[in-house]
Amino acid sequence: MSVLDRFTSRKGADARKTVTFGDASEVKGSPAWSVASLLFVVLVWWWIKRGSEPMVNDRTFPSMGQTLDALIELVDRGYRRVGLWDHTWASLWRVLKGLAYGVIVGVPVGFAMGLSNRLRGIFDPIVELLRPVPPLALLPLFIVWFGIGEGSKVNLLFFAAVWIMVIASRAGVLGVRGSKVHAAYSLGANKWQILRYVILPNALPEIFTGMRVALGVCWGTLVAAELTGTTTGLGAMIFAASKFFRMDIVVVSIIIIGVIGVSMDIVMRFLERRLIPWRGKG
Amino acid sequence: MKDLSVDGLGMVYELPKGGSVHALHDVSFDLEAGRLLTLLGPSGCGKTTLLNIIAGFLAPTSGSVSLGGEPITGPGQERGMVFQQGALFEWQSVAQNVAFGPRMNRKKRSETNELVQDLLSTVGLQGFGDKAVYELSGGMQQRVALARCLANDPEVILMDEPLGALDALTREKMQGLILKLWQETGKTIVLVTHSVEEALYLGDRLFVMAPRPGRIEREYELPFAEKGLHVDPREMKASPEFIDKREELLSLIWEMEEQIMGHEGAVS
Repeated sequence: MSVLDRFTSRKGADARKTVTFGDASEVKGSPAWSVASLLFVVLVWWWIKRGSEPMVNDRTFPSMGQTLDALIELVDRGYRRVGLWDHTWASLWRVLKGLAYGVIVGVPVGFAMGLSNRLRGIFDPIVELLRPVPPLALLPLFIVWFGIGEGSKVNLLFFAAVWIMVIASRAGVLGVRGSKVHAAYSLGANKWQILRYVILPNALPEIFTGMRVALGVCWGTLVAAELTGTTTGLGAMIFAASKFFRMDIVVVSIIIIGVIGVSMDIVMRFLERRLIPWRGKG
Repeated sequence: MKDLSVDGLGMVYELPKGGSVHALHDVSFDLEAGRLLTLLGPSGCGKTTLLNIIAGFLAPTSGSVSLGGEPITGPGQERGMVFQQGALFEWQSVAQNVAFGPRMNRKKRSETNELVQDLLSTVGLQGFGDKAVYELSGGMQQRVALARCLANDPEVILMDEPLGALDALTREKMQGLILKLWQETGKTIVLVTHSVEEALYLGDRLFVMAPRPGRIEREYELPFAEKGLHVDPREMKASPEFIDKREELLSLIWEMEEQIMGHEGAVS
């Protein structure tokens, strides 16, 4: 059995299945192909930069060597008198703050909308009108309201996260089975206890999914938010470097954002398995 | 011990597109404490509506229900409920599910723990307390539901097709458990079922309900539940008297179903 076979072959009873196309339980991904796909990207990168007259010049896209040099340089001396770690942390901190505010405001609003006709009526037009607005469209307003500094950026990320959290927690509340609520009332629970011990835990899986989605959207909004009014953050780094055609620094920043995004999602998935093992088992 | 009294109960559902469904019409009966009443009938006969009114989840359009003279206006823990499935809290362990009622009542933790262990062994789940409910089979989950309901020591236990989702063998075992709990605890039980055999075997009183409008069509006093624990269940269900009753009920329900079909045929 070759190494590739070991990664891709199906085991046990499933190996006897004759119908696999359309069977969701059969599609779990393939680590071997993931590695191959990454290698292919690296290969293409090497291919377009090979030789002394490469297909793509340095102003358009850096070589792997240049990117690595840029990374080392950034780790060593930072960029524009700010360390690489400080840039990264500045961005990460903004995202975490924006997400946290989004959760703190979004979950109660979502719950209110899932529990009361009146509050659903009050919030519905606001949520539905503002939800489709791209956060960046509000940047000019936010700069005027909250200043050019941190305030407008964190508020922008909050704006990106909050609607996702509202919708997710509302769906979580509405997804509770009537018989669970009835059972809890028959067991002597009052309204507050129903909320705390039935509706909240029942909505947690949806809230968690919302947080994962919001996290991704926040990273997407962040870079744009950092284009003005700051000298720290990965987005600011990209913008500054692009003015000097330092595509190596741009690419390093992009890779860092990608890696952080993936790592955070892995952390979230880990937390999800630990904190809400009952997901999908209701 | 409190008697359950149902008086002139009527229930009319208004349909969103206009028109209405007469789910219950003038249903009255008294159920002495400690009886096991089974409700049987074709779909649409209002048996689940009746159960939900007794539980306090629905308010009737006319008539009233009272327990020990106290009118029922909403859910309360003197009336426990066991659902068909999916009413356990999957975010809690088996023991936490059973402890839910006492915990909502702020009972002492040590007493509750003891009670939970007792109840788990009563329903045959000793040692399963720390398991997650989704790790258990359907039959075991219903055992948890029974224990959770008993933890509050209710006067009446309402069961809405509690064994409806179980396979035939598990179902027979669980019927034995329900009989055992009924005889040991002496609680009043009202059980809704689709199965003629189950209604006969478990009920010491049985109502056959009929649809359009939902009503009690026929009443039976039955000997099988009383004997149930001392006789082999298969033997009992194979006895001539049991089979006679079973065929009688089946043809009665068949007749109703035919009428419904005819009625619907006439409409369309």
